[in-house]
Amino acid sequence: MTRYFDEELLELNKKILEMSGEVEDSIGLSVRALRELSRKLAEAVIQGDRRIDDMELEIEEKCLNIIALYQPAAADLRFVVMSLKITTDLERIADLAVDIAERVLELADQPLLKPLIDIPKLATLAQGMVRDVINSFVNKDTDLARSVILRDNEADELRNLVQSELINDYMKKDATTVPRAIPLLLVARHLERICDHATNIAEDVIYMVKAEVVKHRPESLK
Amino acid sequence: MSELVTSENIIEVRSLQVFYGLFQALKNVNIDIQARKITALIGPSGCGKSTFLRTLNRMNDLIEGSRTEGRVIFDGKNIFDGDTDLLELRRRIGMVFQRPNPFPLSIFDNVTYGLRVHGQTDRTLMEERLFHSLQAVNLWDEIKDRLEANALSLTGEQQQRLCIARVLALGPEVVLMDEPCSALDPTATAKIEDLMYQLKQKYTIIIVTHNMQQAARVSDYTGYFLLGELVEFGQTDQIFTSPRDRRTEDYITGRFG
Repeated sequence: MTRYFDEELLELNKKILEMSGEVEDSIGLSVRALRELSRKLAEAVIQGDRRIDDMELEIEEKCLNIIALYQPAAADLRFVVMSLKITTDLERIADLAVDIAERVLELADQPLLKPLIDIPKLATLAQGMVRDVINSFVNKDTDLARSVILRDNEADELRNLVQSELINDYMKKDATTVPRAIPLLLVARHLERICDHATNIAEDVIYMVKAEVVKHRPESLK
Repeated sequence: MSELVTSENIIEVRSLQVFYGLFQALKNVNIDIQARKITALIGPSGCGKSTFLRTLNRMNDLIEGSRTEGRVIFDGKNIFDGDTDLLELRRRIGMVFQRPNPFPLSIFDNVTYGLRVHGQTDRTLMEERLFHSLQAVNLWDEIKDRLEANALSLTGEQQQRLCIARVLALGPEVVLMDEPCSALDPTATAKIEDLMYQLKQKYTIIIVTHNMQQAARVSDYTGYFLLGELVEFGQTDQIFTSPRDRRTEDYITGRFG
């Protein structure tokens, strides 16, 4: 039996995919801005965020309407409620892309403290996690979602590496490096937070597809 | 919701099959009903849920050509044993029907009718039971001044509460409800649902309903019947958020039925 309700769910799915696409572009752009220390690209990221915020509100409204009007159950309910949660994480990821862009604006005025090595690695990792988690949502692929969760430790390690290098090799030795080191420190932090949000989405995807709670239960992933 | 593992079973159904002539209405049903919980039975029309309900106090015996196999263990005893006292069984496992069906008698006589059938003549005891059962269904304050009025003068929802009081007056342990709200408007339905919630402190309730939101709202456990088979049985929150069987999923999400 086809249901009118299915069209509403398809519409919701479409909106989330549109928002995911925008968020992915926004991170891609912010990482490019960082690599090229480009003011222009950084400003484009900041400009684009408004649109993503609007999409979040639109999706929230759609979810509330569906719950109020159709009282979804079972897989439908899990899809709608997880859509609400996933949208919040996507919006936070976009905000972090804006944060990175703002750091780029701070960095663009002064010579780089050091060549970037681990930060680009972390950026590639974060972009990959976001791309894969979106694909896992689209294809209801829980194996891919699991692989995203398992990559989160790597992000933490890279962030720690960047942090200890900047603190020990630069800030402690020469206080004049602090203004140039802090934006880099923050960029690493922003990228690592993006990975955390991708992980949250991955956990929600697994619950949505399999009704299995893996959140706060690392042992359940083995 | 927390795990409900400590409750005791009040009814255990094993390999239950019911036939109407050649038609098999129930196929090998096994279920444990927990004491002082609300169990909801859902499923499309003709799935066997009402047959199942009526089997639990042997009301189905009244249907010509019906035949039953298997066991229903209540209080350690199979209700199909030859020496079962049916009057006593139906006192302990009472029933409320779809349409309020008060007798065309006074409110007093309606509530105490069962007591008199059971041979009770003590007026004081009857008044006491009347008071307690009308209080239990939140009807006492509304009608205490017109106990001699004809029960048919009450509203539909008051009549349904009166019918529940009539069952409670006999001191049952289990109350079977066959779509008790289907003839009531949403406000009256909400009152009956609130009442069920109060009643489960003392009684075990098994309700058949076509209204899935009602099953989700009121029950602790839900069973889904299809074509005479108990497809899935579990805690209500599990059934409505993550059913294990595809057929249950299709039914509760409205893809089928």
